[in-house]
Amino acid sequence: MNATELEKAAGQEAPARTRKRQADTGVQPIVRYEHVSKSFGDLEVLHDINLDIAPGEKVAMIGPSGSGKTTLGRMLMTLEEPSGGMITVDGEPLWHMKSKGRLVKANEAHLHRMRGNIGMVFQHFNLFPHMSVLRNVTIGPRKVLGISAEEAHERAVTMLGKVGLGDKLDVYPSMLSGGQKQRVAIARALVMNPKIMVFDEVTSALDPELVGEVLEVIKEIAREGEMAMMLITHEMDFARDVADRVIFGAEGHIVEQGPPEQIFENPQSERLQSFLSRFRLS
Amino acid sequence: MWNWEYAWSILPDLIAALKTTFWATFGGFIFAAIGGLILAMLGRSPIWIVRAVNRLIIEFIRNTPLLVQLFFLYFYILPTMFPTAPTALVSGIIGLGIHYSTYMSEVYRSGIDAVPKGQWEAAKALNFSRTKTWSTIILPQALPPTLPVMGNYLIVIFKETPLLSAITLVEVLTTAKNAISISYRPFEAYTLVGVLFLIISYVFSVLVRMMEIRLNREQSASSGTDSSSKPQSGGKGRLDKEVKQQA
Repeated sequence: MNATELEKAAGQEAPARTRKRQADTGVQPIVRYEHVSKSFGDLEVLHDINLDIAPGEKVAMIGPSGSGKTTLGRMLMTLEEPSGGMITVDGEPLWHMKSKGRLVKANEAHLHRMRGNIGMVFQHFNLFPHMSVLRNVTIGPRKVLGISAEEAHERAVTMLGKVGLGDKLDVYPSMLSGGQKQRVAIARALVMNPKIMVFDEVTSALDPELVGEVLEVIKEIAREGEMAMMLITHEMDFARDVADRVIFGAEGHIVEQGPPEQIFENPQSERLQSFLSRFRLS
Repeated sequence: MWNWEYAWSILPDLIAALKTTFWATFGGFIFAAIGGLILAMLGRSPIWIVRAVNRLIIEFIRNTPLLVQLFFLYFYILPTMFPTAPTALVSGIIGLGIHYSTYMSEVYRSGIDAVPKGQWEAAKALNFSRTKTWSTIILPQALPPTLPVMGNYLIVIFKETPLLSAITLVEVLTTAKNAISISYRPFEAYTLVGVLFLIISYVFSVLVRMMEIRLNREQSASSGTDSSSKPQSGGKGRLDKEVKQQA
């Protein structure tokens, strides 16, 4: 009797969310930020950031514009170099490498190797306009992973089917809606099989009625995936549904973090309370 | 004053000499197109010294007269570089090629600058190497819009070929001068040279304009409202202006 009740409860809980990862502290993090800072000229956008992301963990980053959350993701994708501190991906320094026993600035070969672990979806899609949808998705596996044309085609078709664009293979990006473009961009990043993927405000450039279809696709990926995700977003409901952990940042600092229930139902800091109140109003 | 009979008599020689003019034009153009692309890509090098030297070379060549460069190449640099001195035609092709590669590099640069930054970032996010980023992502987008301007430079180079008469190349102008030195009748010969250049340049420019119209149509059809493919600063308008200043 008791046992069946437990099973039932577990059965309901398990598919809904996979929270366990956050708890295993013994696992080596897939990404670790240690004392990371970033300045653009005199403007310091990130100050002494310390953050671990566990393998497979879905982390949502929320916060006002200019809080530095996008910069955090761009540094992970090697688009922006940190001004200080260290980022480690899968146990290896990202922006540094060992040379004669000392840590030195990484060269292009090291960055290239490390980038294989990381993927990114951009706010403005950045699809390749001179290639069909299918080629946008096969080009990475073909040119970077060196996979055969047939296999790349197969993978791309599967992935595009998954994001609901199986019927748009030969269409060019300019013929797609914003939501469709972003789903192609997601498929393009996914076929590279990264261990962690950065989603940088992926719905901010979309018409409101197209936001839902993109978020649905990401939720689906989050449910099935072993891939860690850094979700930089302004969509609070989405963050609550998908994330294992929510991080609230403001003015270059991490102000508060925790499971979504805590962050959204019981925010501790005044800064977060006032941030959330603005969202409730609108 | 105008003697038709004489004009007709020298026309076949002038037309025959056009063959050399064409060789110099197309040879110089291809040299400049390849050299310009190399200069443009070096201008994007992550190493600052490469960019600085590249800039220096471009400024030096652009700010000295083509005629002086041709003299130096033909009478001094090339004969000391090679055991058998290259012919006037080869020297002319190299001279025109080097000179115009510095202008072409600016055309390429505008085309490359018009490719949105997001394209470079997407290539990086997919872990493309630098070479593959250039060959599969950047150049296929940067080059097509530059084609009409390239065509205009082909015309500019064509019109500059008479300069090669100064380094003894027997092209149309030299042929006309040779005829004049026998007949002492400059009017017909120089007029015919001008008319030949006018006809050929005009036909070329009509072709270039047709290409431009077609490209514009294709571009507006394919770029639509895609924010990711929109050039950042109206690259084409700038390209056109630039070549007009040159021409």
